[in-house]
Amino acid sequence: MSTSTLPRPEQGTADRPAPKRRKNGPFSRANLVSTITGGYLPLVLATLVMVLPLLWMMISSLKAPHEILSTDLVILPESPSLANYEAAWNSVPIPRFFLNSVIVTTIGSSIKVLLAVFTAYALVFVRFPFKRVIFVLILVALMVPPQVSILPNYVLIAGLGGVNTYWGIILPGLGTAFGTFLLRQYFLTIPPSMLEAAEIDGAGHLRTLWSVVVPISVPTVATVALVTIVTEWNDYIWPLIITSEASRMTLPVGLTALQNSEGNTGSGWGILMAGTVLVIAPVLIVFAMLQRHIVSGLTQGSVTG
Amino acid sequence: MTDSPSRVPGTDAPQTPVPDAPGRPQAPTNRPPLRRRRMNRRARRDALVFLAFAAPNLVLIAMFTYRPLILNIQYSMLDWTLGSRTATFIGLGNYVEFFTSDEGLTSLRITAIFTLFTVGGAMVLGLLIALALNINIPGRTIARSAVFAPYVLSGVGVGLVWLFIFDPNFGALGWILRQLGMGSPQWFLDPQMSLVMVIIVYVWKNLGYCAIVYLGGLQSLPQDVMHAAQLDGAGAVRRFFSISIPLLSPTTFFLLITTTLNSLQAFDLLRIMTPTGRGTNTMIFESYLQAFGGYSRAGYSATISVLLFVILIVMTVAQIMFVERKVHYA
Repeated sequence: MSTSTLPRPEQGTADRPAPKRRKNGPFSRANLVSTITGGYLPLVLATLVMVLPLLWMMISSLKAPHEILSTDLVILPESPSLANYEAAWNSVPIPRFFLNSVIVTTIGSSIKVLLAVFTAYALVFVRFPFKRVIFVLILVALMVPPQVSILPNYVLIAGLGGVNTYWGIILPGLGTAFGTFLLRQYFLTIPPSMLEAAEIDGAGHLRTLWSVVVPISVPTVATVALVTIVTEWNDYIWPLIITSEASRMTLPVGLTALQNSEGNTGSGWGILMAGTVLVIAPVLIVFAMLQRHIVSGLTQGSVTG
Repeated sequence: MTDSPSRVPGTDAPQTPVPDAPGRPQAPTNRPPLRRRRMNRRARRDALVFLAFAAPNLVLIAMFTYRPLILNIQYSMLDWTLGSRTATFIGLGNYVEFFTSDEGLTSLRITAIFTLFTVGGAMVLGLLIALALNINIPGRTIARSAVFAPYVLSGVGVGLVWLFIFDPNFGALGWILRQLGMGSPQWFLDPQMSLVMVIIVYVWKNLGYCAIVYLGGLQSLPQDVMHAAQLDGAGAVRRFFSISIPLLSPTTFFLLITTTLNSLQAFDLLRIMTPTGRGTNTMIFESYLQAFGGYSRAGYSATISVLLFVILIVMTVAQIMFVERKVHYA
């Protein structure tokens, strides 16, 4: 949809006023018109295409069944109600899923961030013979998709009795190549003189880490933490495989259960949209507040090219 | 070596009458062992610190990332039902089955189509949106956030939202098509339309990533080159194709690798939108379905995982080797 409309006006802005009669300033009439058609139109279109589906989800979650089942599109619910949320609550243990997601995300990402900080510090500031080899092994691990490791990990964790347990959900994902890599790249930019000062003061590695390195790396640590939290919250394939009881399912897995019980079609849609809001909204809120960190963490590497 | 310094002072003393002379010749010969010993102690302590700091993470990565890679190769040689205590060794039988059966080849073809269209779609649309975002007008930060947001959302959630929109009977898309006098395709029943559907949604979810990375590339383009071309009378279209595109090639190259790897790993959207995998069973999805989708064929599932991993490695290395040579680094 937006494909054909996007590029043409954009070129117009820079092109039309430029070679012929570039009279003056950005607020000349010709420029104003082209800014509106050329600058805003594609932006507004792109924004709408991205935002409308999510808005539709929220609106639909407040609709009554007959408004969803109507073949005529009902845009706004006549009397918005939380009935769908209540129905979702009654159909599957939504609060339980939510709690499980919070537990798994909190414990999992705290440990992951700690491991990443310690590993990155060791890789950069502690002398050790095979550091380069170890770093390459971490880089390769970064490339291995977790999906490929699912089956052997399932056999191992299931054999240890980890099915339907929190530790079974959390443990296999704890090793972190991404956070280690990102933090290592940042630690490398810290001037060694800062550490020497601490060393002269007689600080050990642990003290140097906590009182020198971590305080000046807060933005990067925050980036790693946020990306880890979002990834952990959205994680699907492993919790899907390792849980079969509602008491241990995370929200995304619980949504699958809700989909199975409500069906893909008919009046179940309102209920499903209510459940979907619960998994999407927290991430949207976090993203809205701290997007700079999240964006920079997720697009990391592009600047080095 | 250690003996010699004690003998040397006696012979050295007459030559150097300075009072501290005996200390001096001793120092250079005597210190190295001492320092080395001190260094050794420090090196050993450093090694211990390194292990204490890094070992937990390294052990976890070895256990849950490297170990499975090796085990998959072992499993792939077995005819093994998941949960069963016995398995039969069948050599390369599973590999032969994948490359000769209709199901295997179909999965390979679907993987290729899905990857090609999602990578192409997200990169082209991402570049176009980046161009729109690159104009300095108020409100573009909001647009930028909106475009990137879907990338961080749960694939399961996004899949359900779009499943509702695609619903031929009650979905918003069906309604729009009806207003235009068209019927809705059977997105859920027709395997080919299912594939089109998941490609559209996957592109929607991921194009923000390409847009933001391209935007970074656009903003680092040298402005003087642009102005020079403009003075020479090159129009915006010409400037875009003759300057921006070639100068953006490192960004394009980076995106090509990352989005290809991501598309080959796509699972959440596919699983939630098409639970049976009819028409959408890419290799990663097929591997899941074979082991956990009711068949419990662990050996065959591991085979697909091994093949997928080989494809990932080959593609990455090939792209780095062949494409990078043609990439223009600004």
